[in-house]
Amino acid sequence: MLMETDTLTKADAPTLFAAYDGQKIVKRHDVEKPKVSTEAATKRMAWVAQIAAVRDNQDRRAFAELFAYFAPRVKSFLMKSGASPDLAEECAQEVMATLWNKAHMFDPTKASVSTWIFTIARNRKIDILRKQRRPEPEDLPWGPEAEPDQVESMGLQQETEQLGQALATLPEEQRKLIERAYFGELSHSEIAAETGLPLGTIKSRIRLALDRLRHAMK
Amino acid sequence: MMMKKMRQIKHHLTEPLLIGYAAGTLPEAFNLVVATHISMCDDCRAALAEYEAVGGEVMLDAAPAQIADDALAATLAMIDGGVMAEKPTPVRRQDSLFPSPLQDYVNGDVDSLKWRKVGGGVSQLVLETSKEATVRLLRIPAGTAVPDHGHRGTELTLVLQGAFVDEDDRFGIGDVEVANEDLLHSPVAEEGEDCICLAATDAPLRFHGLVPRIAQRFVGI
Repeated sequence: MLMETDTLTKADAPTLFAAYDGQKIVKRHDVEKPKVSTEAATKRMAWVAQIAAVRDNQDRRAFAELFAYFAPRVKSFLMKSGASPDLAEECAQEVMATLWNKAHMFDPTKASVSTWIFTIARNRKIDILRKQRRPEPEDLPWGPEAEPDQVESMGLQQETEQLGQALATLPEEQRKLIERAYFGELSHSEIAAETGLPLGTIKSRIRLALDRLRHAMK
Repeated sequence: MMMKKMRQIKHHLTEPLLIGYAAGTLPEAFNLVVATHISMCDDCRAALAEYEAVGGEVMLDAAPAQIADDALAATLAMIDGGVMAEKPTPVRRQDSLFPSPLQDYVNGDVDSLKWRKVGGGVSQLVLETSKEATVRLLRIPAGTAVPDHGHRGTELTLVLQGAFVDEDDRFGIGDVEVANEDLLHSPVAEEGEDCICLAATDAPLRFHGLVPRIAQRFVGI
């Protein structure tokens, strides 16, 4: 409904995971009429693979590619949230260093790469710009897991892409309102009860994972 | 037992609060209530993940800033120097009424806390946070009314033990009431067990009636 989507199947997973070969992102040529969404999903799975390369091999080239894409965007977010350019630069570098250090904690079945980096940047903003303590929800005992399920992981990355595209196509006024809320230009009481966010299906996927966990804990 | 509690939660966080937490724009006192509620509520945990995803996309969509020429080298030097130590995510200590984010603010458990009486049998413990908003634990004896009060700003009340009822609704363990200035109500702690709540506000409460107003001057709420 939100957009045209190729339904990815389990058979696609290894190919998409292998798309990042440590040097360059390999375009797939074996898919007929590739759609934008598939390419975007491929890009997002490449980010997942880059983080895995950082985690497993301390791969500096993979890190450099993540850095080139995300550092300017993290810096932009911090400046829009009120940081001076110098402070935003320093924080953006710290955020990327945190990505390196916490690469082992990234789970692509629970968050997309963009979401994960955003939360690191958000946390850094509270620590450095707002200088507040940062209460966090207690962690759930997800337990030791083998490799994350690739279909789950791909589904989440793809849904996040859909969310991003849906946001991009919102009417200008509505999109600005959402941006202002996230950049801290609106207080919680100024955010209207309904933002009309096109939230899609991410929540139900996450909810399902939580339900499975609760069931396993019984 | 946790399962049972979770299914009973009926009153959840609002979208503006979830966006505010996801974006890191709420006062610390509100963040504490949000993090504590999410520790008890999978619905809001999933909803928060969704609003964080929106934040990630908003970040990607914004025009990228110019980054310093030596930024990557400086970052790699920081990594090699090992200067970015990370604190671990909190895991719940067992046998506490308080979920772990709250435990970090409270030294001890219900009976060892330094409660202060605020009149009408109600006790409170103010927790230390940044000044934009305040947060306290309230202990209301079973069957006792909380003084009738209106609100300025926003008030969040999260039930940790027992329950309270007002004219319209019942709030049990894990339920959070989000009240604004429109709400004028007279909550009463349900019979049976003392009601313990975590309450945050970004404006002073005003009580109606003389005695509460005097009490208010002393307790600073």
